[in-house]
Amino acid sequence: MTGPKTCIEVKEVSFSYNGNPILQDISFDVQEGEYLGIIGPNGGGKTTLFKVILGLLKPQTGEVRIYGEPLESFKRKHLIGYVPQRSISDYYFPATVEEVVRSGRTARLGLFKRISKEDASAIEKVMEVTDVAKLRDRLIGQISGGERQRVFIARALASEPKILILDEPDVGVDVTAQEKFYSFLEDLNSNTGITILLISHDIDVVAHQAKTILCLNRRLVCHGPPRDFITEDYMQKLYGKKVRFILHGH
Amino acid sequence: MRPEIFELEFMRRAFVAGLLISIIVPIIGTFLVVRRYSLMADTLAHVSLVGVAVGVLTKTQPVIAAVIASTVAAVLIERLRGLKKLFAESILAIFLSGSLAVAVVIISMAKGFNVDLLSYLFGSISTIGGVDLFLLAVLFVLVLASVALFYKEFFLVSFDEEFAEASGVKARALNLFIVILAAVTVSLAMRIVGILLIGALMVIPVVTARQFELSFRNTILVSISFSLVSVISGLFLSYYFDLASGGTIVLVSLAIFLASLAINRPE
Ligand SMILES: Nc1ncnc2c1ncn2[C@@H]1O[C@H](COP(=O)(O)OP(=O)(O)OP(=O)(O)O)[C@@H](O)[C@H]1O
Ligand SMILES: [Mg+2]
Repeated sequence: MTGPKTCIEVKEVSFSYNGNPILQDISFDVQEGEYLGIIGPNGGGKTTLFKVILGLLKPQTGEVRIYGEPLESFKRKHLIGYVPQRSISDYYFPATVEEVVRSGRTARLGLFKRISKEDASAIEKVMEVTDVAKLRDRLIGQISGGERQRVFIARALASEPKILILDEPDVGVDVTAQEKFYSFLEDLNSNTGITILLISHDIDVVAHQAKTILCLNRRLVCHGPPRDFITEDYMQKLYGKKVRFILHGH
Repeated sequence: MRPEIFELEFMRRAFVAGLLISIIVPIIGTFLVVRRYSLMADTLAHVSLVGVAVGVLTKTQPVIAAVIASTVAAVLIERLRGLKKLFAESILAIFLSGSLAVAVVIISMAKGFNVDLLSYLFGSISTIGGVDLFLLAVLFVLVLASVALFYKEFFLVSFDEEFAEASGVKARALNLFIVILAAVTVSLAMRIVGILLIGALMVIPVVTARQFELSFRNTILVSISFSLVSVISGLFLSYYFDLASGGTIVLVSLAIFLASLAINRPE
């Protein structure tokens, strides 16, 4: 077989918090090099789905496989870079931007290993491309929300992942920075072949950037290329009312 | 006129013990303070009192009994916290007051060791023996080596437990490791500053260093220097002015904290 390999398989996954079902019978695959946009209403289970994929939450039924291996026995989790959803504005923690970015390489290094020259230059490169190099000595609590978001993306990239999982990375980022950020993600995806899973409430952006869209409202509402999604039906199913959807030409 | 401070065997011992303690206490303290777990130090100290009471009652080694008691408590606390059903604060409060109650009951069962007990509550440098010093030296090496070896992992789980877990780092085990190191450190430091004041020595130098808005690494280094200055000058002051060593040390560290507040006053 020469086609793209499957890197994430979600199979009949159901998850509930204290008997309250959040994910119901979710199945889908993600191919290597795919750019998957995930949309859905607040509380629709998007973050929960990410946490299941990352192994932070154990589904009651179903399973997740990464590169064909069951998640529990998958050893190279540093191949997945994670940018969590953040609402904390108060960072009391005394750590510099550089320390935070470097910490992203911890799992890849492994126990008892120090940062080598190659590690340092890989980290340096990541700080350059995410444009946080100039912030390196600033404290994580003393930079702006948008800058901090870039630092967390740099941290996720510091382990040189093959899969990047981003939970609303565009929140609190201004329009210019957002445009730069999305073209950066696009480059990352098309030039280095990194698989991207992106949660965003900006449906317009997702429809333009992602190659595949997944709509989640506790159940999988739709899954396919953006053009399939641009029918009002799905919007109705997803958000419970008609949302006017405009696909801007770029 | 009293003899020169270093002519006395027990003062020499006190200084060696003080130096070792003032290096490891703020290191562990930093990992607690940054995750807003400061109350952990006090909680473990109170649990240590249970060990001390048992040790004194059974005429065994109170310090070893304290290390065991606080380590067991540290494991239980982390387990409970892992269930995510209770606030970390509430768990600590329960252990703090609960262990105090247990200690008081044990103490009331055996009469006549009040003097001994007071020396643990408030610290007593004159009672530090050769065995204490040996124990302290061994555990000093253990704590320092652990932090040196696991520094990057400790930093990661302290900063972002969820990210650590997601990237494949064993966050739970590392958390447990950190609190066990804290338990050991607290039990050892109680001979110098006393159970009631160990929390202060663990937290104040770190909070002081935090004022200077340094990197994580430098926050640790600066808090070690504040702690060293506090312990050394506290020991001198307590000797020449005949004051309680633990209280004097903590008062010096408080003075440094107040000075740092004045220097770093927000505009
Ligand atoms: N720790 C928790 N315990 C109980 N219920 C939870 C917990 N975390 C989330 N939930 C519930 O699970 C549901 C899904 O949450 P989730 O965070 O996955 O939504 P989301 O799609 O990411 O929403 P948003 O767009 O607001 O980020 C919500 O109804 C939420 O109340
Ligand atoms: Mg979410």
